[in-house]
Amino acid sequence: MAAIQIQRVEKSYRSLKALNGVSLTIEQGEFFGLLGPNGAGKTTLISIIAGLNRADVGSVAIHGHDVVSDYRRARQLLGVVPQELVFDPFFTVRETLRIQSGYFGLKNNDAWIDEVMHNLDLTNKADANMRALSGGMKRRVLVAQALVHKPPVIVLDEPTAGVDVELRQTLWKFVSRLNREGHTVVLTTHYLEEAQALCNRVAMLKGGQVVALDTTSSLIKRISGSQLVVRLAAGALPEELKPLVSHPDELASGNRQYTLRVNDYAEVEPILSKLRLSGAAIEDMQLQQADLEDVFIQIMEGEK
Amino acid sequence: MTGFQTLFYKEILRFSKVATQTVAAPILTAMLYLLIFGHVLEDRVHVYPGVKYTAFLVPGLVMMSVLQNAFANSSSSLIQSKITGNLVFVLLPPLSHWELFGAYVLAAVVRGLVVGAGVFAVTAWFAHMSFVAPWWIAIFALLGAAILATMGLIAGIWAEKFDQLAAFQNFLIMPATFLSGVFYSVHSLPPFWQAVSHGNPFFYMIDGFRYGFFGQSDVNPLVSCGVVIVFLLVLVSFAVRLLQSGYKLRH
Repeated sequence: MAAIQIQRVEKSYRSLKALNGVSLTIEQGEFFGLLGPNGAGKTTLISIIAGLNRADVGSVAIHGHDVVSDYRRARQLLGVVPQELVFDPFFTVRETLRIQSGYFGLKNNDAWIDEVMHNLDLTNKADANMRALSGGMKRRVLVAQALVHKPPVIVLDEPTAGVDVELRQTLWKFVSRLNREGHTVVLTTHYLEEAQALCNRVAMLKGGQVVALDTTSSLIKRISGSQLVVRLAAGALPEELKPLVSHPDELASGNRQYTLRVNDYAEVEPILSKLRLSGAAIEDMQLQQADLEDVFIQIMEGEK
Repeated sequence: MTGFQTLFYKEILRFSKVATQTVAAPILTAMLYLLIFGHVLEDRVHVYPGVKYTAFLVPGLVMMSVLQNAFANSSSSLIQSKITGNLVFVLLPPLSHWELFGAYVLAAVVRGLVVGAGVFAVTAWFAHMSFVAPWWIAIFALLGAAILATMGLIAGIWAEKFDQLAAFQNFLIMPATFLSGVFYSVHSLPPFWQAVSHGNPFFYMIDGFRYGFFGQSDVNPLVSCGVVIVFLLVLVSFAVRLLQSGYKLRH
């Protein structure tokens, strides 16, 4: 049975069509990435999965339980880390986590609460009031709140936006462990290197529609070859090389750094000789493998 | 059941952590009303034979405090959670609409009754009180608190901003309580305003509550009790339906 089954979901806010027929099946045990630019509909989709919003058309089921008609079982299986940094200023970290456990029907949950706090480096803040915590610490508590009931399906909506390196590493270590132990993880992020490193499968959303859905490795393979990044100290990019530039705005920017598509290493030498013949001097040069970011840009531009 | 208990406990904890503002302040306000109105009107106003004005005033002030604080608790808790965004912590778990309703309303009833008991404990020193029918006192306090707690829940769900909630409170709840006979007997009003008062459900709560103390009232307490129960049932079914539909909570 699928961890999350999304069928033909549509959602509008007045005249804005936020989701336009999204269908996705996320299998149990997957580490799934939901990517897309701002306003693509990622958070709306997550809100519908979480029962915070309701779809106009279509349905969502968690482990086969519909999020509207069978909401109690669906929500029990789901742990959601919201994007907004929200907290209840009346309580300490431990109180917050005990209360959240209680909402999920768990009475004596201190052993797991301690383990979650330990894994998120929250133990020494256990008795601090939520108001007194830094933004990063509040974010950790949000993650802990989503995990108090050991949900088999974990959804993280941009958990690392504006978060320092230490927390990112702590968070991914813990979430990866949970994934290895069998929890399904769904992640939205703007850091594509994060998605590339963690997610085994990725869906890209744009304008409320799924525009790409594949394993991360197959998506990257779609962009054949590599990229040659050159920065010129003097001279200009010869006209004949301009079609190879993969980011058109580099031609307009005037800072003389260009990213050129190359299909294999044999193409590098001719490019360099053309540059030399045109009188350009290379200040810096790198050969980069294609990554998820390139795929993302290509797909998003292709959908314009 | 644990979900309901936890939300109830959280709501109790929420107001008890700021008890100076949520319990002590309304008790002081009620005491000031009693001292000032009692002092000014003690020898001039006689509502029921054998009952001094200050004694007449005490149950009215107690009930007014019960009602206002029950309303304040559920409405402010919801609007604060909505505006700060932490309502998601309640919306994400598998809490049913009855659990949400029960926990918010019951906690607000508790606050109303705690403040009411506090007001009584403080104001009863200034008057000679009798307790003719204690059961009516308990029943009307409980029903009145439940009604205003439910109204607070409805207002909290409906309001999107603090000033909308304040409008609800200042233009509906305050006039309805003040014009319900807290400070006077509606029998002292001209016939037109007497009739208007009988259309105000708050009047029956306070009149029935006062009957419990003095054994005298404007309306038979059984009639008042019936009116209050019907009013409560209508509000409860409306509030539960709002929660069930996700109105303004789940978009």
